[in-house]
Amino acid sequence: MRWNAPIAVSVLVATSMVALVGCSSSAETSGEKTLKIVYEKTDSFTALDTLFTKIKPEFEAANKGVTVDLQPIQAGDDDYSTKLALSQQSAETAPDVFYEDTFRVRSDIDAGYLLNLDDHLATWDDWSKFNEGAKSAGMGDDGSVYAVPLGTDTRAIWYSKPVLTAAGITVPWQPKTWDDILDAARKIQAAEPGVVPFNMYAGKGTGEGTVMQSFYELLYGTGDTLYNEKDQKWVVGSQGFKDSLAFLETLYSEKLALDPSEALDPNVWKKVFGELFPQGKLGGTVEGSYTPSFWQTGGSYEWPAYTDDMGVAAFPTQDGRAPGGVSMSGGWTLAVGAKTKNPDLAFEFLTLAVNEENALWYAVNNSQIAVRTDVAADPAYLAANPFVADVTKLVDVTHYRPATADYAKISAEVQAATEAVITGQQSVAEAAAAYDKAVEGIVGADKVSKK
Amino acid sequence: MTAGPGVPTREPSPARSEPAGSGSRRGSRLRTLTRVLPLGPATALLAVFLLGPVLWSFYGSFTNAALTGAHARSQDWIGLDNYARLFADPVFPLSLWLTVLFVVASAILGQNFLGLGIALLMNRANRVVSGIVGTAVVSAWVLPEIVAAFVAYAYFSKDGTLNQVLAGFGMTGANWLYSLPMLAVVLANVWRGTAFSMMVYRAALNDVPVEVTEAAMIDGAGGITRLTLITIPMIKNSITTNLMLITLQTLSVFTLIWVMTAGGPGNQSTTLPVMAFQEAFKFSDIGYGTAIATVMLLIGAVFSIVYIRALRPGKE
Repeated sequence: MRWNAPIAVSVLVATSMVALVGCSSSAETSGEKTLKIVYEKTDSFTALDTLFTKIKPEFEAANKGVTVDLQPIQAGDDDYSTKLALSQQSAETAPDVFYEDTFRVRSDIDAGYLLNLDDHLATWDDWSKFNEGAKSAGMGDDGSVYAVPLGTDTRAIWYSKPVLTAAGITVPWQPKTWDDILDAARKIQAAEPGVVPFNMYAGKGTGEGTVMQSFYELLYGTGDTLYNEKDQKWVVGSQGFKDSLAFLETLYSEKLALDPSEALDPNVWKKVFGELFPQGKLGGTVEGSYTPSFWQTGGSYEWPAYTDDMGVAAFPTQDGRAPGGVSMSGGWTLAVGAKTKNPDLAFEFLTLAVNEENALWYAVNNSQIAVRTDVAADPAYLAANPFVADVTKLVDVTHYRPATADYAKISAEVQAATEAVITGQQSVAEAAAAYDKAVEGIVGADKVSKK
Repeated sequence: MTAGPGVPTREPSPARSEPAGSGSRRGSRLRTLTRVLPLGPATALLAVFLLGPVLWSFYGSFTNAALTGAHARSQDWIGLDNYARLFADPVFPLSLWLTVLFVVASAILGQNFLGLGIALLMNRANRVVSGIVGTAVVSAWVLPEIVAAFVAYAYFSKDGTLNQVLAGFGMTGANWLYSLPMLAVVLANVWRGTAFSMMVYRAALNDVPVEVTEAAMIDGAGGITRLTLITIPMIKNSITTNLMLITLQTLSVFTLIWVMTAGGPGNQSTTLPVMAFQEAFKFSDIGYGTAIATVMLLIGAVFSIVYIRALRPGKE
């Protein structure tokens, strides 16, 4: 047996080497030009893949000798961003055109991954048709534009009309304060056992969903914020933060939301869209303007009755204060890689993807809020589903995440605080204090402002 | 090779090479060189693929390298900042404890003893039974880690196989992955890894001469006495080697835990590999992630040294 260890070790080494060799991609040697397009594709998000597959032959026909190499990454948002960042490490693997989350744009500009598009945009007529607010999503701290928005989104309360009606709540329903939500949820709880009255995401399992579709709607309706854009400091110790946590604690401890063990499952949103709403087992939740895309024909959870059964309402502020509603916006962009060898071709491909025809198709099929003014006015866009007008209106009361490089870590701390509260591991005060301490640890004492 | 004027034309025979004069000493040096030569490629590969990443990770742990933000463009040397931050991180002591717990419970206690037990029983069982048992145990090991992880997830999840079986007996099972995450991942790792220990011990037990055990039996030694006084001392080296291998394998288990619990709920199953992954890739903080990896490397080294020391006396 004396030789077992060396043999086993060499076997391990050999297998790991095979794995490593498999990772490195072979260099391109052909004389033809290739454009590498990297984007996300999941079982519930195929719209961009369909669009790129459609325009690939079109682009190749117009540009002889150019091959469009579509490289969809099959992963969720977080893993997609990680894989994208890893591919940016070498010019060999870096994409020419890629799909980029708006809240990572600034941080990735700092990292030098995105090409400055100012010169290209100056010669592109369509750029003037983009909504001014949306244009800023792709802007760096230097005022230059690095990414072109594909679409944006807002968040609202989606509620089940049959569930609310059965509990004696009149529809259309528009809560004016947080208490209105709790009142309605308690009525549903009393009237319909077995139905989850009102769910709001919490915990680390749902990742950005926890903050974008739950916590920030609460926090930004208290008058407090996460980050002070003016002095560029993170806000700690605010009453709004504690009140928001307390609201989630109430929702979960009174069993008005899902059981914490289910809420912490990263796939809980599939249950919300695929089972709970279609089966009439959920009163309401906070979700994005893209919600109808799951239920439309061709969506992941086709449910034709959604147009009649579902209602949409703005998320209220804490006590009804102005502006009377809260929403959060994100959205994705297309960017050109800073390491590209063919910047002009790459930009041309990008403009083809977001021209009027393709932008309209994408907005309708991916339930996006249009960022081109010509698309937003198109009757086909407004007729895509019965909720387009309602969710588009929320742009007026929407907020954006602070797109700093530290944001992802701070967001994880917010998620951890919500998880600690709904599972009862920490009290609201303890969780808020732990958050404050963690934020100070991440950004340093000089970058926080105490309330 | 060019033979210099001092080099004798006659090749010295192995028997004569040692006491011979200076000329043949140079010849033996030449021979050592040719003997070492075939090891070259292997050494080079080890250096590139094992030593290289280790050194890079070690270097990275002293920088603020990141996947995004300004530090992705240019990284700075920040000395021991990452380590200072790590030792002040409230998650770190928990993570360290969970890692040790995971290694001790699933590898040293679980896989090791279960593997030895099965191997001993299989030696006595008839061929059909041992064949069936062997196949069953090895099948978990043959599965790719990601598949095994999903199987374990499907087994332990709230509406999973285990709870359905329990429901068949009228019992309501817990939500294992949520309420007892460490127990679930430990059991899953025992299930997956026992085959390795079993195979090592089967091979070792086959090397124990039947005469010795029979002699002990004639001397009146009972089953347990024969096991503790004859069998175990004779396979001691295999035990140590096996312990070393499974410890190092288990120390780096990531996929299983990531798929089953993703380190949660809270941080209740965040072992060091999970923590390193989260910091390096989820929060894009490569420098901090490599600092955790370096600590893991040290823990692995400590275990290895303990085992290598244990191996030494039995070596003569």
